[in-house]
Amino acid sequence: MSATISRILRYTLNERILHWVAGLTYVYQLLTGLAFYSPHLFWIAVLLGGGPTSRFWHPWAGLLFTVALFWMLEVWRNDMRITDADRAWAKAMPHYIRNEDEDLPPIDRFNYGQKYFFWVMLWAGIIMLISGLALWFPERIPWNLRYLRYLAILLHVSAALISIGAFIIHVYMGTAMVRGGFTSIIRGEVTPAWAKMHHRLWYNRIMGAAPTRR
Amino acid sequence: MSNGPLEIKAISGHAGPVPGRDTSRDYDVCKLVDVTTCIGCKACEVACLEWNGYPFRETVFDNTYQTMPDLAWNYYNLIRFNEHTASDGTFSWLMRKDQCMHCADPGCLRACPADGAIVQYANGIVDFQQENCIGCQYCVTGCPFNIPKFNPETKKVHKCTLCSDRVGVGLEPACIKACPTGCLHFGSKDDMKDLAGRRAQQLREHTAHTNAGVYDPPGVGGTHVIYVLHDISNPEAYGGLPANPRVPWTVKLWKGPLKWLGNLAMFGGLLGVTLHYLRFGPKQVKEDHAEGKS
Ligand code: HEM
Ligand code: SF4
Ligand code: SF4
Repeated sequence: MSATISRILRYTLNERILHWVAGLTYVYQLLTGLAFYSPHLFWIAVLLGGGPTSRFWHPWAGLLFTVALFWMLEVWRNDMRITDADRAWAKAMPHYIRNEDEDLPPIDRFNYGQKYFFWVMLWAGIIMLISGLALWFPERIPWNLRYLRYLAILLHVSAALISIGAFIIHVYMGTAMVRGGFTSIIRGEVTPAWAKMHHRLWYNRIMGAAPTRR
Repeated sequence: MSNGPLEIKAISGHAGPVPGRDTSRDYDVCKLVDVTTCIGCKACEVACLEWNGYPFRETVFDNTYQTMPDLAWNYYNLIRFNEHTASDGTFSWLMRKDQCMHCADPGCLRACPADGAIVQYANGIVDFQQENCIGCQYCVTGCPFNIPKFNPETKKVHKCTLCSDRVGVGLEPACIKACPTGCLHFGSKDDMKDLAGRRAQQLREHTAHTNAGVYDPPGVGGTHVIYVLHDISNPEAYGGLPANPRVPWTVKLWKGPLKWLGNLAMFGGLLGVTLHYLRFGPKQVKEDHAEGKS
């Protein structure tokens, strides 16, 4: 290992921008969506410019969110594929939860949980896009197909709730639990020790090839 | 009319009695539409436009006696026209005045997320307050009668108000006033049910309409607009009047159990990660010892 390398590039600028377009639009969706989800949270819409404004922008920001998701799929498709190494890691997940990281098999760029988070968000996003379009233009759905309107609202809320569950864990891990994670998605860099501890196969792979440094 | 401080007691320079004076009426109001005496003259449609101050909107001619294909955000009241052949081969024209039914259990109100965009008055009128409407059209999804209509320009939804602004000052709705045949009646729910019941009985006993009956669907808790139909067993023939309307169960599920499940899951999730942090804390990397665990 070269002692001169102090930082490894984990996320390119492109990936970081991508992440934050998705992240910020999601948060906007979350806040405006929750405002209409519960009368006790309607004040969020008021804070964000009023009910009609929030209602107006929610679907548009949703479109941007889905664009970001598909862009992410394009960029991370290979990294997100679930491998045998992930399945071995998944079996040892209780150790991960208890912070016994030394008992975990090595993994590549993303772990099983991160990959699942991505796929859950992607599918929830697709469901929210399709059902959201139905909520956006209910009168375009003919009256005799009205069960589609009813289905859409249930799907939209259910997919939103599932994504919120995943999102809570994601934010908790990215900020409070996995130290160094948040800086990596802002500044793009991690230390070699961080890479070795969390993503040993990825570390070996990129160090074996041309070591990235800035 | 409706008991209230704005009930008119005397009118200056007015020939004849004060309209609506001394009529016994309960608080619950109701409009009775006797479709068997509707001649499809559209006087009520015109009166509705006039009172609400809307211009006549564009329409299409589709070779029927129906003014336009559907209700619109500025067209609250439509006489639906249907040609109907009964099982015994008799042919008839069915005219039904279509408008908001003012449900006792309004699906629109259940679905609406905006504070104060839909109110239900104690007299039974369900009224949209456009200044509070956010234009989400959940009411469109919630209504089992396909009534609320969206104005894409203002992003507000509109429907029949049962002339709450007239009823509030003791007048009857504009359509009632315009009807030349007496097919429309307005009064307390009890009186209208009574009148409708007697009319249906008359039809059953003295005409060929042995199936005549009153449409006051229990699935939505009854409505504050009720119909006398020639054939109560086939409301669908009258331009799609639903046989058994109810607030869609999915809407109830969404506004009820799903909400609680969702709240529980979200609070549970937040509680879960907090407890995890308190119990296990963060994963720290020891910089000089790569395998390190904090
Ligand atoms: C392309 C994507 C999306 C479209 C077109 C869309 C569209 C809509 C529309 C039209 C509504 C009805 C009222 C409103 O505008 O707030 C709605 C409600 C909602 N949306 Fe979305 N949305 C999308 C994505 C999302 C995402 C990513 C979330 C993330 C949490 C979300 C959460 C919600 C929630 C919680 C509601 C309220 C449900 C309720 O009233 O119970 N939506 N959406
Ligand atoms: S008919 Fe529709 S719009 Fe009218 S009160 Fe019933 S649910 Fe609401
Ligand atoms: S469109 Fe307006 S009235 Fe209808 S549900 Fe939404 S906020 Fe309520």
